[in-house]
Amino acid sequence: MSFWATLYYHGRRLFKAIKLYLILAGPGIIVMVADNDAGGITTYAATGAKYGYHLLWFLILLGPVAYYVQEMTVRLGAVTKRGHAEAIFYAFGSFWGWFSLLDLIFTDWLTLMTEFIGMTAALRIFGVPSWVTVLVVTAMMTAMVLQGRYWTWEKIALLFCGVNLIYIPGAVLVDPPIHEVLYGSFVPHFPPGGFSNELFFMLMANIGTTIAPWMLFFQQSAVVDKGMQEKDIALGRLDTAFGSLFTVVVAAFCVILTGTLLKGVDINDAATAAVELMGINKHLGTLLAIGLFDAGFLGAICISLASSWAFGEVLGWAHSLNNKVGEAPWFYGLYLLLLASAGTVTLIPGAPLVLITLFVQVIAVTLLPAALVFLILLLNNEESMGRHRNNLTQNVVNISIVAVIIILSTLYGFSLLFPSTFGN
Amino acid sequence: MKVNAYRFVVIGIRKVWREMLGQIREINRRYATPHIKTTRMVTVCLMVLRCYLILLVGILIYKFISLLR
Repeated sequence: MSFWATLYYHGRRLFKAIKLYLILAGPGIIVMVADNDAGGITTYAATGAKYGYHLLWFLILLGPVAYYVQEMTVRLGAVTKRGHAEAIFYAFGSFWGWFSLLDLIFTDWLTLMTEFIGMTAALRIFGVPSWVTVLVVTAMMTAMVLQGRYWTWEKIALLFCGVNLIYIPGAVLVDPPIHEVLYGSFVPHFPPGGFSNELFFMLMANIGTTIAPWMLFFQQSAVVDKGMQEKDIALGRLDTAFGSLFTVVVAAFCVILTGTLLKGVDINDAATAAVELMGINKHLGTLLAIGLFDAGFLGAICISLASSWAFGEVLGWAHSLNNKVGEAPWFYGLYLLLLASAGTVTLIPGAPLVLITLFVQVIAVTLLPAALVFLILLLNNEESMGRHRNNLTQNVVNISIVAVIIILSTLYGFSLLFPSTFGN
Repeated sequence: MKVNAYRFVVIGIRKVWREMLGQIREINRRYATPHIKTTRMVTVCLMVLRCYLILLVGILIYKFISLLR
């Protein structure tokens, strides 16, 4: 074969592979970007403001962690064709099934509130009243799912994922010292002052925002709804890998942005960071506020869908985004009910929103270990997974990750419940 | 008229409640038997998970009561 013919052949193959990837890409990227939700952006803004670039290496480490955990859901969904909730019911029986399902919906509903808190706070900076935000956002999210095609929903969600990249130009504009950023990114070290309780709390908060129970449920259900097969697992992995890279890049640039301009400022939420940034540079504050709104929006659509999918799978409702409203009224009804109720609660004057945010993190700790243990056990079940079950290397990596996450998230929960014990 | 509306609502709620309970019973029946192969690893993991959750719920209750005090 001549050189040009070989080049043409390989070019065609590459083009076909990219085309196939673009068709199958979606769940991995969406779940990972939605992981950088309103709570996540707040954590990153606070991390940057408190420790500058010193914890960038830790965020980069969390990318592979998120990938390894989420990759398991791709295999599980593609092989068993069951969502995560249904898989737990089927494998472990109704006790563990109900525990996971009810804990999921409770955690999701509370987390949804934090997304609305983030979105309303972000748009309040531009003078939009909270009730308008809740109303318009709920209408937009409902319209997104009601068009009756998974594919369309996914592409709109990917568009919102793109908006999340807004932190990159923001961080470039502030002209951070490159050598310090590189040092912070690739040389693991503790910030000046060494290891402290406060630092431990921040590290745990970052882990908490990287792996959340709803992510497992969401991605597995999305893989099933999309109709991915065993042969698509490789591309599903690639999708998840891109997603984890995406989420780390966004998180890192958010930290760089606040680490450059707000170093030493006490940040309790991302909206405060945006307001502080407005005082320094109006455009940067605007970028952070838009990013916060987008993060809350993506988080809210994914979380409410994760719950609706889970309930649909178990209760036997029609539960695909390819269904019309008339075909799946309970599925869409629950989706809308979750959004509307969570949004409404955040509008109640004097609602204990800070307590809710704290409570979400504590409750998530009760579900996360169970969901991760179930995931490992399901992936080791030869009868259902066949040749796609975890091999030795995957087990060593995944079990180590899961064990560390469980220990740290439990400590995080304890530190929230008993702050004085941890010196906070 | 008022009584009829009241009865209509009560009957409606009862019907929905009965249907829901029936559905939950059906799910419990369908998933009564765990389908995962009960290896030693599975048994140990589920036992540890139970203990962990009991401990966690206990601590949450303790925290709740101490907050009320």
